[in-house]
Amino acid sequence: MDRPKLSFFSIRRSKLSGDFIFEAVVGLFALGVIVLAFLLFRELLIESQLSWNTFGMGFLTGSTWDPVSEIFGALPFIFGTLVSSFLALLIAVPFSIGIAIYLSELAPEKLRTPLSFIIELLAAVPSVIIGLWGIFILAPFIRDYLAPPLSTYLGFLPLFQGPMYGLSMLTGGVILAIMIIPITSSVSREVIMTVPLQQREAALALGATGWETTRIAVLPYARSGIFGAVILGFGRAIGETMAVTMVIGNSPRISESLFSPSYTMASVIANEFVEATSKLYISSLIEIGFLLLLISVIINIAARILVWKMFKVEGGGRA
Amino acid sequence: MNRLKIILILVLAGVLIAGCVSKPPAEVQPTVQPTATVQPTKAPSTLTLNGAGATFPYPLISKWSSEYNKIKPNVQINYQSVGSGAGIKQITEKTVDFGASDAPLSDKEYANVSGLLQIPESIGAVVVAYNLPGIQKGVKLSGDVVADIFLGKITKWNDPRIVSLNPGIQFPAKDIIVAHRSDGSGTTFVFTDYLSAVSPDWKSKAGKGKSVNWPVGLGGKGNEGVAGLLSQNPYAIGYIELAYAKLQNIPYAYIKNKAGKFIEPTLETTASAAAGAVSTLPAGDASWSSVSIVDAPGDNSYPIGSFTYLLVYKDQADKTKGKALAEYLWWVIHDGQQYSADLLYVPLPKEVVSLNEKTIKLMNYNGQPLI
Repeated sequence: MDRPKLSFFSIRRSKLSGDFIFEAVVGLFALGVIVLAFLLFRELLIESQLSWNTFGMGFLTGSTWDPVSEIFGALPFIFGTLVSSFLALLIAVPFSIGIAIYLSELAPEKLRTPLSFIIELLAAVPSVIIGLWGIFILAPFIRDYLAPPLSTYLGFLPLFQGPMYGLSMLTGGVILAIMIIPITSSVSREVIMTVPLQQREAALALGATGWETTRIAVLPYARSGIFGAVILGFGRAIGETMAVTMVIGNSPRISESLFSPSYTMASVIANEFVEATSKLYISSLIEIGFLLLLISVIINIAARILVWKMFKVEGGGRA
Repeated sequence: MNRLKIILILVLAGVLIAGCVSKPPAEVQPTVQPTATVQPTKAPSTLTLNGAGATFPYPLISKWSSEYNKIKPNVQINYQSVGSGAGIKQITEKTVDFGASDAPLSDKEYANVSGLLQIPESIGAVVVAYNLPGIQKGVKLSGDVVADIFLGKITKWNDPRIVSLNPGIQFPAKDIIVAHRSDGSGTTFVFTDYLSAVSPDWKSKAGKGKSVNWPVGLGGKGNEGVAGLLSQNPYAIGYIELAYAKLQNIPYAYIKNKAGKFIEPTLETTASAAAGAVSTLPAGDASWSSVSIVDAPGDNSYPIGSFTYLLVYKDQADKTKGKALAEYLWWVIHDGQQYSADLLYVPLPKEVVSLNEKTIKLMNYNGQPLI
């Protein structure tokens, strides 16, 4: 409201100048997105009412998913979604930061653009293609070459016990990691590139090695931005549907072992919505959709708050 | 000035929201109008019949649409394979002219919508497929053994109950990997319908449905997902559509039928199961919820099969369109059946065709029969 009154059209005092219409239209677009998000929430809430009334909190804590006798509990799906996404982050983050550091600090100038282009191209591969590759190449590879040493050397952990058939939580996590590496690495790279040259020059002038320069002068400066990139990846992992559905084994059971099949929230919706006929069944699937949306919103808000806090503490870095 | 802008934005936003909120009623009108506008123009214009439903009969229905269009160039048939659930929903809401479902309407669904006729238009069979290195098709299994494998009670291939059914075959002492569909599907419905019929234990623990609470196993999406699981995992067992197994050359089991014979799944043995069940079929306008051709009597009946249904209203709201629909259905159950076998669908036995004839004759406009 307290804008300077000297803008172009306020001098002209014309009520319907081009700028005015422009501002109204663009403002409407912005508002439209907010209204859309609001309507989406509202619709999911209304449609999931029946399931909410029937199961209450039991929907979140129940671990039985039985469409025949209409008992629905979403815990195995929530568990599967969160664990597979965390697993993906665990694998993807070191790779992504490594790629980002190489491309922005170490790679020869000529290679930087083509290499980062190729990595970003990975993000354009349709997820069903990645899923097919997962079924035919990755799952057998993990079953035959990755799982045996894991169970031999780390088999004392409950994480790596039990039989391994290829389709498992572990395979789902690896597929998700591959799918989020392009986005986390390219955003991290862009963040690292925005670190002022003077930071590096100052560190080098003090006699720091390349590694020390990156560690002392570059990474701390870019930390909050890299964190934002990681959260972006997490957001993608949580919502990813097709590729995960194809390799995670689709079995709604909670198991400690990463070798067991699991199930995600997005997958169960994709799998069962089309043929769901009873009202309670559809409503339960929609409630899972609502929970999925809620979890992504909470994670995004939490990430914003964290980034904002880091920004305040460090005083220098920017997201 | 600023206040004016905000007001304008809010007004526009209000229009937008109002537009969103009042859409549903506005959308209903156009779907009603075409039926009204078609009448005066009649013959020269093309008439479009819209259908939606099951994915299983989609290739067959597409073939019918194009063949029928050659005979009647002014009738255009559109079919969306959106799944049985969505098909039932759309025909209930009358947004399509016919629906298609792999399972008959449940009692609840049937009570929900009055005057819906169920017309079996083809038959599908489900095979128990496996990946046993060195062993071809033709392993013999009985219903209770299949049920106990899928219940996780039989866990090894060399279980005495499997071995005793198959003298002469050397089974490995390997764990059985169970593969099932993860997506809701008519195939699962037929298979679990069979397991419920032959195993009381299965009936109480899992039951029949398009998705069930599987006691054990890995889930694959679609026939291709289960087939992928089978090909990737030696010693796996799963269930897929007959047509898919034949096309992909996946070995499958011979199943013991009610008469005690081990039957290879083929188009003929499945048709024979349907013919065997025909005396138990209700009229087209009655509830079909208990209809099932699994574990059907007859020496030559393959026990895991099911009708797939077209759904139409008995009372048609539009004479021209209703007549075109009735004629199309008549063609489907007669001339249309010749295209079934090529696409590996089971043609209807003549007993079912004559039942369908009676059903189609029930279709009427204001009490006048349409055919």
